[in-house]
Amino acid sequence: MLGLEAPSIWLAYLLSILAALLCVGYGIAAWNRGAKTETPDEEPEVREWVKEEKEIEEEL
Amino acid sequence: MWTYTVVVLYLFITAWLGWRGYRGTRTALDYLVAGRGVHPYIMAMSYGATFISTSAIIGFGGAAAVFGMGLLWLVFANIFVGIFLAFILFGDRTRRMGYNLEAHTFPELMGNRFDSRFIQGFSGVVIFLFMPLYTSVVIIGAAKFIATSFGLDYQVALFGFSTLIAVYVIMGGLKGVMYTDAFQGSIMLVGMLFLLFFTYRMLGGVTASHRALADLAPLAREVFPGTGQQGWASFPLFGSRFWWVMVSTLIMGVGIGVLAQPQLAVRFMTVRSRRELNRAILIGGIFILVVVGVVYVVGALTNVYFFRQAGRASIQAAAGDVDEIIPLFISQALPGWFGVLFLLTLISAAMSTISSQFHAVGTSIGRDFFEKSLRRGRGAGSIAVTRLGILAGIVFSVFLGYWLERRFGGTGTAIIARGTAIFFGICAAAFLPMYAGGLLTRRITRSGAIAGMLSGLGSALFWLLFMHLKESSALLLCRELFGRDSLVEGVRTGFIVWDQVDPICVALPLSLLVTVGVSLATSPPPAAHLARCFAGVGRKRSPGRRPGPEPS
Repeated sequence: MLGLEAPSIWLAYLLSILAALLCVGYGIAAWNRGAKTETPDEEPEVREWVKEEKEIEEEL
Repeated sequence: MWTYTVVVLYLFITAWLGWRGYRGTRTALDYLVAGRGVHPYIMAMSYGATFISTSAIIGFGGAAAVFGMGLLWLVFANIFVGIFLAFILFGDRTRRMGYNLEAHTFPELMGNRFDSRFIQGFSGVVIFLFMPLYTSVVIIGAAKFIATSFGLDYQVALFGFSTLIAVYVIMGGLKGVMYTDAFQGSIMLVGMLFLLFFTYRMLGGVTASHRALADLAPLAREVFPGTGQQGWASFPLFGSRFWWVMVSTLIMGVGIGVLAQPQLAVRFMTVRSRRELNRAILIGGIFILVVVGVVYVVGALTNVYFFRQAGRASIQAAAGDVDEIIPLFISQALPGWFGVLFLLTLISAAMSTISSQFHAVGTSIGRDFFEKSLRRGRGAGSIAVTRLGILAGIVFSVFLGYWLERRFGGTGTAIIARGTAIFFGICAAAFLPMYAGGLLTRRITRSGAIAGMLSGLGSALFWLLFMHLKESSALLLCRELFGRDSLVEGVRTGFIVWDQVDPICVALPLSLLVTVGVSLATSPPPAAHLARCFAGVGRKRSPGRRPGPEPS
């Protein structure tokens, strides 16, 4: 295949491309799977945690 | 002159994007909510740009020029394991559990999952001690290319680039890093596509260049006698020295080790929902294929170029310096303007990886070890320790970058590829069983996780110091104590060449067995704790209720 005679090489070449295509296929198939937001950040406790999170991130 | 102009313009755009992201984070409710609006392209590019560094481009590209196109198996592993499996198996679970357990770092996730300050502190120390090895090889990669393209001394390039990195990291390169990562990832993508196109065109097309590489098999065998090298378009002889390096160190070490990389796992915790992860798989797969796939193919094909130019193999043209092969090829074979684009590609690759590495180094010592483990959650002083940790990490990495090149430069050692593989191997042995076990099952216990981590790390270090010839001979401890370079030097059992077997092949299975064995022998964690860890984990849609704050 494409001038590569050793099966151990063209197979790797082919599988790399197929693996990338698998990622593309999965990404398209699952494009809208899963909620956009899964956690309600409007709750007061979450909002507080979120604020704390931001402070810690800034400190770090 | 315009090289400098383009570089300055690039740095200006990076700084502007960093500032924009930083300002965006401040005005939004929080950084997680800001994350909600982040396009999956940015998330995937950020993951990809953090994953792929100069280590992959310069180091593994050079390794491909030595070992050949068989390294494409690592591309397959990088995409299938590092993207597809990592995102599907670990991505959403890490994100959800990190949220449930209020974890900000990888050690914190593990520590809270197993309710153990020791796990958090110890993981923090492991990252702090060993991450600089990985950082140093990323810096070496960039410094090598800068030295070649500007005709500078390696040391000058090393210290100049390190200063730039230090300023970038300290001046807030960590904030708004998603935007700069995406910009840098895009540059990498374009740069590598050009590289592939030019190389194939210059060598006469896809099929012709592969054939020309296959025809060089006699030269490959002559340059690497007795190693099992059979040609750059063939896989090394089964059970030979090259076969073991390629399969156990480069392909398995890096291909599997990527699953337990703290700076990558933390990326999962920054996204908002499972949907973003699903979308990111698409872009991540293409990104890895283009960036690493291209560089391994081009790395092997450099042999055709150097042979046509001077009748020599790449390693001979680079005077035995594996990490010099790609910089030399770019500067000699490709048009001058491409050198500038490639320089930007490399600075991008290095910066995005190094900033996340130093972030991991600083937080592991400041938050995980000092604040949570040593001071048992009393936070005072942890920020100063984090900053000192980052500074110590930078100094140590630059020193390693200097020393490693001095010790191994020009000896035919793929310093960058091996340094990366060692770090990935240590992470896999120490963290992978408890990380995978902690996310995927409820049965792994605290004792199991601790025993697995200690046995994995212990056996990996033992193997590096006393068994694996390349490292044990360099670290000298084995020679001091036992008068030889490796305890198993020259020992062969069937096809197993023991002094070439990578630590990951021994330490990971051992760590896995110990984790499972000890977990089965100890009683499972309390149901309430497990319920808190696994709330919403593994479900298609979660009820969305977050458990109450952790008692501190």
